[in-house]
Amino acid sequence: MNLWQEARLVAAKDLRIEARSRVTLYQVLPFGAIVLLLFAFALDPDRGVLARVAPGLFWVAVLLAALLAVSRSFAIETANSARDGLRLSGLDGSAIFLGKAGAVALELLALEVVLGTGVALLYDVDFHSPGLLVLAALAATAAVAATGTLYGVLAAGLRVRETLVPVLLLPVVAPVMLGATRACEAAVAGVPSDGWPWVALLALVAALYTGVGMLAFGTLLEET
Amino acid sequence: MNEGLLGRRVGIALGWAALASLVVLGVLGLVVAPPDAVQGDAQRLMYLHVPAAWLAYLAFGVTAVASALYLWPRTRSVVWDRVAGASAELGVLFTGLTLVLGSLWGRPVWGIWWAWDARLVTTAVLFFLYVGYLALRRIPGAGREKRCAIAALIAFVDVPVVHFSVEWWRTLHQQGTVFNEELSAQIHGKMALALWWSVLAFTLLYVYLLDRRYRLEALDADRDERELERAIAERLAEAEPARVEAGARS
Repeated sequence: MNLWQEARLVAAKDLRIEARSRVTLYQVLPFGAIVLLLFAFALDPDRGVLARVAPGLFWVAVLLAALLAVSRSFAIETANSARDGLRLSGLDGSAIFLGKAGAVALELLALEVVLGTGVALLYDVDFHSPGLLVLAALAATAAVAATGTLYGVLAAGLRVRETLVPVLLLPVVAPVMLGATRACEAAVAGVPSDGWPWVALLALVAALYTGVGMLAFGTLLEET
Repeated sequence: MNEGLLGRRVGIALGWAALASLVVLGVLGLVVAPPDAVQGDAQRLMYLHVPAAWLAYLAFGVTAVASALYLWPRTRSVVWDRVAGASAELGVLFTGLTLVLGSLWGRPVWGIWWAWDARLVTTAVLFFLYVGYLALRRIPGAGREKRCAIAALIAFVDVPVVHFSVEWWRTLHQQGTVFNEELSAQIHGKMALALWWSVLAFTLLYVYLLDRRYRLEALDADRDERELERAIAERLAEAEPARVEAGARS
C-alpha cells in the first residue's frame, strides 16, 4: 500500500467510528450551534453587531468545536488499547497522521457547512464571493486539522489531555483564526482581492503543519 | 552530578558581573542618559523594555536550538532537555516583563495601556505559546523529553507565522531603532550607550539565571533518583526480617 491508501484506510476507520457512534453529530455539532446562539445573547442582535462580526464568531465557534473533534479523534484510540493496535499495524506514521487529520478535517468541513448556514440565517449575512469563502474554509480547516492532530497525539497518552490540548493548540492556531476571519470578511464584504493573500497564508500554514506532522507523528505515536 | 552548565566559580563570578552591570545600567539609564525630547523621563523605560524583549527572543531561540540538539540522535543528552526547559522559563518570564513594561510605557506615551498593534499582539501570542510549552514540561511520563522537544520546535516554527499574520493585520508600533537595516543607532550617543549596555547587562543576567535554573533542574532529578533508591532500600529492609522469620519456621 502506498501512503495515500494507508491514509485513506485510517481516515475511513475514524469516519466509520464517527458514523456509528454519532458523537460528532450529537455532541460536537450541537455544541457549535449553541456557541453561535450564545454569541447572539452576548452581542445584542438588534444593533447589527452580529452581522458585522459574523465571520469572527463563526471561526471562534469552529475552533472551539475543533478542540472537541481533536480530543474525540484521540479518545477513540484509548479504548481497547486501540493505540497499541495502531502502533502494531505497520502503517507509516505519516500515513496515520494524514488519515487522522483528514478525518478531522472532513468532520470540521461538515460542521462548517451547518454552522455557515446557521450564521447566514441567524445573523443575516450575505456571501458575495463563494469561491474565496470555500477556498479560505478549506485552507483554514486543513491547517486546524493538521495542528490539532499534531497536538492531539502529543497529549494523547497523558491524563491531563483535555486541559492541555486547548492551551497548546489555541495560541498556535491564532494566526489561522486571524487569516480565516479576514478572508471571510473580505468575501462577505464583496472585496475578494483583500482576501486572497490571507488564503495564501492559510494554505502555507496548512502545508507547514502537515509537513511537521508527517515528520513528527510516527515518533510521537511510538515513543510517548 | 551537581554541576551546572558552567563551573561553580564561573557561575558566581557571572552573578556578580550581572549585578554590577545592572547597577551601572541604573546609573546610565537614570543619570547619564538625557531625558527624551518628546517623551521625557518615561522614555527611560526603554533601557528595560528593549533588553527584556531581546532576552525573550534569545531565550526562545536557545530553547529551539537545545530542543533540536536533543532530537538529533548524535547529540541527544538530558543536558539539552534541561537547557531547553530552563531557557523557556526565562523566556516566558522576560516576555511577561516585556509586556508589562511596554504597557507601563504605553500609558504615558500612547495614552493607552494596550494597543492592538502587531508587535504587541505577536508578543502576547508568543507568551501563551510558551506558557503551553511549560505546562507540557510539568507533565511526567515516558518520552517526556522528546515530546517537549517536538512541542518546542512547533512553537518556534509558529513564531514567524504569528509575526507575519499579525504584521499584515495592523501596525502602530515604532519601527526597530537599533536593529534596523543600517545597524546604526539613530539615537543620541549617551542613550545608545545606555541601550547597548542594557542589552549586555540583561544578557549576562540571562546566562547567570540559565546556569542557576539548570543546576536546580539537575538537583531535582538527582533528588528524585535518591528518594527512589531510599524507598527501594526501605522496602527491602522491611522484607528482610519477614523472610528470615519465614525461613526459621519452615
